[in-house]
Amino acid sequence: MSLYSEKVMDHFRNPRNVGSMENADGVGEVGNAKCGDIMKIYLKIDDNVVTDVKFETFGCGSAIASSSMATEMIKGKPLDEILTVTNKAVTEALDGLPAHKLHCSVLAEEAIRAAVKDYYDKNGIAYDAAQFSTSCAACHA
Amino acid sequence: MIYADNAATTQMSRKAIEAMLPYMEEVWGNPSSLYVFGQKAKEALDEARERVAACLGASAGGIYFTSGGSEADNQAILSAAKAGEKKGKKHIISTAFEHHAVLHTLEKLKKDGFEIELLDVHENGIVSPEQVAKAIRDDTALVTIMYANNEIGSVQPIAEIGAVCRERRVLFHTDAVQAAGHLPIDVQKQNIDMLSLSGHKFHGPKGVGVLYARKGIPLTNVIEGGAQERGKRGGTENVPAIMGMTAALEDACAHIEENNEKILKLRERLVEGLTKIPHSVQNGDREHFLPGTISFCFEGIEGESLLLLLDDKGICASSGSACTSGSLDPSHVLLAIGRPHEVAHGSLRLSIGENNTEEDVDQILKAVPEVVGYLRGISPLWKDKLAGKREFLLPE
Repeated sequence: MSLYSEKVMDHFRNPRNVGSMENADGVGEVGNAKCGDIMKIYLKIDDNVVTDVKFETFGCGSAIASSSMATEMIKGKPLDEILTVTNKAVTEALDGLPAHKLHCSVLAEEAIRAAVKDYYDKNGIAYDAAQFSTSCAACHA
Repeated sequence: MIYADNAATTQMSRKAIEAMLPYMEEVWGNPSSLYVFGQKAKEALDEARERVAACLGASAGGIYFTSGGSEADNQAILSAAKAGEKKGKKHIISTAFEHHAVLHTLEKLKKDGFEIELLDVHENGIVSPEQVAKAIRDDTALVTIMYANNEIGSVQPIAEIGAVCRERRVLFHTDAVQAAGHLPIDVQKQNIDMLSLSGHKFHGPKGVGVLYARKGIPLTNVIEGGAQERGKRGGTENVPAIMGMTAALEDACAHIEENNEKILKLRERLVEGLTKIPHSVQNGDREHFLPGTISFCFEGIEGESLLLLLDDKGICASSGSACTSGSLDPSHVLLAIGRPHEVAHGSLRLSIGENNTEEDVDQILKAVPEVVGYLRGISPLWKDKLAGKREFLLPE
């Protein structure tokens, strides 16, 4: 068996929604250069629905594929729904990731959350801070 | 397919394959057997030992066949450690960028109370004989320093380091896995006490290697068993692989100059072309290098995605990125020469051989800038640097 599933390779080779966005309503960036992966997600939000999404990623094949898959999973969805997207769901949608690459899907989940939080912060929308605690630091400790 | 990963392994040569076949099809007896059929295999083995010894400037009595470079490294280091310990010597000198076969063995010894001193290899990836001389103490049991580095190709002043060790009566081992068959080796002239090499790095078969140990050095078994290899390495000898390796080594050693001349031409073009990529840096020394090994870091990208996209273009290469190492840290070699983590993540190793062509170089020089450019285009890190939000770590 090769390292990555066909789905991972497809999303890596042909990433969906790749690029940046001007005047995004919410932007989330997670990861760091030292660890070798940074994921940035841009959201366009209308009436609490993600009407457009873009991503940029510095990282390995599975980081790029996880970002791409995550953007597909949240496009056109209401905010409360996209906050329920877990790293597990991203991993499953990719037909699995090697164990040492699971943190890439965690980054995707966290990038989405960070972007939503940014949108809430910018618009003065109240939220439960506990909902946005990240485990990124733990993952990269 | 363009194969540019010869430091990982090489394609077996026709000569090596043909040297093996008779020992699978005809002379397949056990060299330890008493009857003539077995003794024929034993004769072949003895002859192979002589031929390998001749390639290394050694005597046949110092050649031990092993399962490869890693086993040879393990046995050399453990033997020297044990011999030293008996005399109360528990200090070992090495470098921070050795192969893991060496480093992990040293870590094991550290747990047994040995003091391991890893010398700085500087930005160019070279350790000086002066550093070694300064580090040697009365209780130094061993100096183990690789001949040529497997990731960045820098070549160490082995003969000079060997001379320092000899003068101070300290055992000197060199992991010559990358050098054997590509650079001249003469254990006498280079003052080498112990040396490791691996068959598959010079167009021989995998799973076979050599430990050379100068006469009089007591070896400790890593594999217990029968009386094979003068009792120092149990297990029935892999006669076909040994014959293949021997043929490959002889062939490689007979053509070192000719092969390197060809490889150097390809290297020059590759280095020139890759240097043009902005914010990149070449790793390794500019004067003392393994001709086929070329290492670069490209800022703003990650090495694994670079390799996967090069693979899509039919190019086989390697990287020292964390993602390809299976850990969160990038290559210990790149860190040892002082590359920051971020830069080390974006590394590429191309290791070419005499079988590569000018057309291969054309393809590589077309593909690498394209892929680096594409990955930088989707990298938020790169964009921040362009926008001045983060600093560039490598000069344009």
